[in-house]
Amino acid sequence: MKDWPLYEVFIRSRSGLNHKHVGSLHAADPQMAIEHARDVYTRRMEGVSIWVVESSRLHASDPTENDAFFEPSQDKIYRHPTFYDLPDEVKHM
Amino acid sequence: MSMGNEQLEYALHLADNALILGQRLGEWCGHGPVLEQDIAMTNIALDYIGRARLLYQYAAGMCAPESTEDQLAFMRNEWEYRNVLLAEQPNGDFAQTVARQFYIEAFQIDYLKALQQSGDATFSAIAEKSIKETAYHFKWASEWVIRLGDGTDVSHRKMQDALETLWPYTGELFREAPYESWMRKNLNGPDLAALYTAWSARLQPVFTLAGLELPAGQWMQEGGKTGRHTEHMGYLLAEMQFMQRAYPGLEW
Repeated sequence: MKDWPLYEVFIRSRSGLNHKHVGSLHAADPQMAIEHARDVYTRRMEGVSIWVVESSRLHASDPTENDAFFEPSQDKIYRHPTFYDLPDEVKHM
Repeated sequence: MSMGNEQLEYALHLADNALILGQRLGEWCGHGPVLEQDIAMTNIALDYIGRARLLYQYAAGMCAPESTEDQLAFMRNEWEYRNVLLAEQPNGDFAQTVARQFYIEAFQIDYLKALQQSGDATFSAIAEKSIKETAYHFKWASEWVIRLGDGTDVSHRKMQDALETLWPYTGELFREAPYESWMRKNLNGPDLAALYTAWSARLQPVFTLAGLELPAGQWMQEGGKTGRHTEHMGYLLAEMQFMQRAYPGLEW
């Protein structure tokens, strides 16, 4: 069991919402990963759908490039659509 | 025995099955082979404790005000428990816990469907609630029988040994105790002998996928349903009942 790969778990909390990353776990294969995710991450009614993906299949941005990647957007306030009036009926914005 | 007593004894039989099996699974808490399975087994344990509570509340209602849910669960003596011997068998290794669960859940699926059709509205409602839980429990147990049976030489041998070890305790599931006959005749309760074929049919495909041999032993243990338990039961009760025996009426 020590050689079981790590999986990242994504849960959809309600129909219509997107899957969100909730954590990771070990499993021998994808089927077991889904069953483990059900037991570990949905026992308090957290979700209606589960995705799992092997952690080794994820590709991440390089933290040493954070300045170049993210800082230029900090002073671009005009990119936020905060100048519009949203109707109450529009949810999850 | 009066009519009420048989119905009470039937309720205690179901409640004790759920409590004792839940207690056994709960013993894995903090000791599971991996964290994910530790939680899986305690999840199942909590399903059973929840079921036991509903049944003890029903039983306590039949003998109120002399008894409460907690008294029935924690203050009776060994020979007053009506659970099947299979439920009280020790966890052993992981394979033995899987085997115990596999035999029991394969039985529960069709048993609960039959109980749902009974003329007792409370048993019927509890059965209906339990059916979905049981579908998952059976899936969990089947997956592990297959994984271990079809795994390495060591896991295959351990799974086969576990299924052989517990096999003699499966016969009792289908032997009617007097209160079960009463329930079948008076309230359309499950016909145990008739459930055997369905149970075998649920085992067979899993054994085949797992590459395991169905045990062939004919001689079966029995006695739990009428209060004659194996030597393991006393130790289980000593641990489970300690708090209520030491501090009667203790509440969280």
